Amino acid sequence: MSGTDISASSTVKERADLALNNEFLRQAVRFTTERLRSGKMTAAEQHGNWEEWRERGRQIRLHTIAHLDYYLNLFADNARANGVHVHFADTAQEAVNISLQIAERKKAHTVVKSKSMVTEELHLNHALESIGVEAVETDLGEYIIQLAGETPSHIIIPAIHKNRYQIAELLSVEAGETLPADTAILAGFVRRKLRQKFLEADIGMTGCNFAVAETGSMVLFENEGNARMVTTVPKTQITLMGMERIVPTWADLEVMATLLPRSATGQKLTVYMSGITGPRREEDADGPEEMHIIIVDNGRSLQLGDPEFQELLNCIRCGACLNACPVYRHIGGHAYGGTYSGPIGAVLTPALNKNVAEWDDIANASSLCGACYEACPVKIPLHEMLIYLRRRKVENGHGSKLESLGMKGFAAVMAKSGRFNGMLKLGKWGQKLVVRDGGIKVKLGPLKGWNSYRIAPSLPKKSFRDGWRTLEEEIRHGLKDMDPAVKSRMEAAIKKRAEGASHSHER
Amino acid sequence: MRVSLFITCMSDAIYPRVGEAMVRLLARYGVQLDFPKVQTCCGQPAFNSGYWEEARTTAKTILEAFDGSDFVISPSGSCVGMIHHYPKLFEHDPVLHSKAIELQKKTYEFSQFLVHVLGVTDVGAAFPHRVTYHPSCHGSRLLGIKDEPMELMRNVKGMEFVPLPFAEDCCGFGGTFAVKMADISGAMVSEKSDHVKETEAEVLVGLDMACLMNIAGNLRYRNEPVRVMHLAELLYEGVKQA
Repeated sequence: MSGTDISASSTVKERADLALNNEFLRQAVRFTTERLRSGKMTAAEQHGNWEEWRERGRQIRLHTIAHLDYYLNLFADNARANGVHVHFADTAQEAVNISLQIAERKKAHTVVKSKSMVTEELHLNHALESIGVEAVETDLGEYIIQLAGETPSHIIIPAIHKNRYQIAELLSVEAGETLPADTAILAGFVRRKLRQKFLEADIGMTGCNFAVAETGSMVLFENEGNARMVTTVPKTQITLMGMERIVPTWADLEVMATLLPRSATGQKLTVYMSGITGPRREEDADGPEEMHIIIVDNGRSLQLGDPEFQELLNCIRCGACLNACPVYRHIGGHAYGGTYSGPIGAVLTPALNKNVAEWDDIANASSLCGACYEACPVKIPLHEMLIYLRRRKVENGHGSKLESLGMKGFAAVMAKSGRFNGMLKLGKWGQKLVVRDGGIKVKLGPLKGWNSYRIAPSLPKKSFRDGWRTLEEEIRHGLKDMDPAVKSRMEAAIKKRAEGASHSHER
Repeated sequence: MRVSLFITCMSDAIYPRVGEAMVRLLARYGVQLDFPKVQTCCGQPAFNSGYWEEARTTAKTILEAFDGSDFVISPSGSCVGMIHHYPKLFEHDPVLHSKAIELQKKTYEFSQFLVHVLGVTDVGAAFPHRVTYHPSCHGSRLLGIKDEPMELMRNVKGMEFVPLPFAEDCCGFGGTFAVKMADISGAMVSEKSDHVKETEAEVLVGLDMACLMNIAGNLRYRNEPVRVMHLAELLYEGVKQA
């Protein structure tokens, strides 16, 4: 089953069910996320001061986004001074139009692309093809999914849902001969194939990991060297960047360069880190003659000033939250239905699309376990944002009628302990019909999903509150005096609290 | 000094034995828990599903119940975690907001209270069994409860502790998630049970009955003979045996 089939279904539940029945997908995703996740944990441990750097990263991102207008202007002014054509695009359509106009003006036939999630967000490849320009992905993973006619299912490992046998099949079609499922041979084939494309291409198109405001430079992190080719061989370079990619200084970039590769793959350093400050100068051996940077909004500025979602713009697109997510590991990326998947996608997709009702259901695809927040190198509270999304959906009247009714009933019962107790008594009476050996197996109503994987517990004869009077008697009877040491510790805790301290480790 | 038990609706209704073990164990230190009966549910099912108005209705029973308490102790990191959301939940009501902050400061999860307030890490228990431990997400990630249960278990005599592989992975409960996304939740809990089985433990212990109900339900569905207990139960049983 291909990923495209998965994306075509309508609700997250349906798409997830397709993925759950795809054993190849689940095995491939599990294998790679486990490798990346454990790599990240090892790298963080070896780093030694991970939590401090994480907090530093968060502060840099918070500061930058709080002053985004200033840093964007600074970046644009400096980039222009370096000879770069800087464009601002409010919408996806505007960004596409600017790109197509450049391609038309350059009479381009072929565009080589390095990995870029923002161009995926804009569906730029389709747009280029629509005016007869061939767009070739040159990141190995992106190349594979382009051949398969799919979209990336992971922010940094686009073809994570495929195993090497499936990849060998795809590449064999392209090669016109059967290639063995040997990674070195397969990569070698793609390398030769792409080399030709690099030499032919009229335009090199890139994304942007970070844009350094103080010098107007764009920075690319990559492992394959293809982005170097994309930015040195073709005569024209177009870089698309989300408007939040800014860091103020190169010193700040160092923090990001420490956090991102470790979080993404567990690497201490990315294999290639390129800082590009303008087009080719006379003394340069290579580089594009003309360079464009298109700064894309496309829903990002909607988060500015929103206290619950502004931190979304702090994301550095490392994918650590995907690798840590126990839901992602079972359903893969296509089940999320948008360009961005995993916990960040579940929040970012509705946010960029103005929280429209059709996207809100992906916020339900989370158990709110907080693994995403724990993994995030800039501490974005995604688990809380998911709750805010759900609340906004309810507030805007998009909640399910049945659920809304259920919640009203729940609140009515729980508003008074007497009602809760009455409900328990009713439950104890009613369960007699279904309890067998102290458990409930029947697959009916709300128990259908639960009991498809579990046996539900039955209610005991007495609830805690029913037995409280007896228990209290028993305790009062045998209670000894409080140990003076314990007592003084408790008094100290109360005193400390009065001074404003909190015992929690919570953020 | 008034030390109150926040039993949580789940332990109240389904697992009274957990509350009983807590009450009896703490009584050994001269700490007499009281049980304000107006408490019902912390409101988390409604809060997490986006129904904050409904969450406020039930959360008010908790604010009222523990208004005069000096300490509030609960057998669930997740429900204590919910109390940490109260200041946000009541941010537009100045009176309840300040009560919420007070409540957050004085509320402790069971193992936190034992270790940090009472200073107890060895309850003098013996439990000659092979045991593994599932750290629940909200307790460990959001409240930072990691070392406390480990310290308490390390001092239990005769107990063989086996680390659970991928212990920190969510069991798939997630409240209404287990109902709404039943198949994803089912895949997650099945994987958790696989890991429990790998340990060959006789007993699975934890600090949150919601997660333990989920895992126990799946283990039972698969006919795996693993006993599932809250740490308070294990410690109290161990104390009686010692």
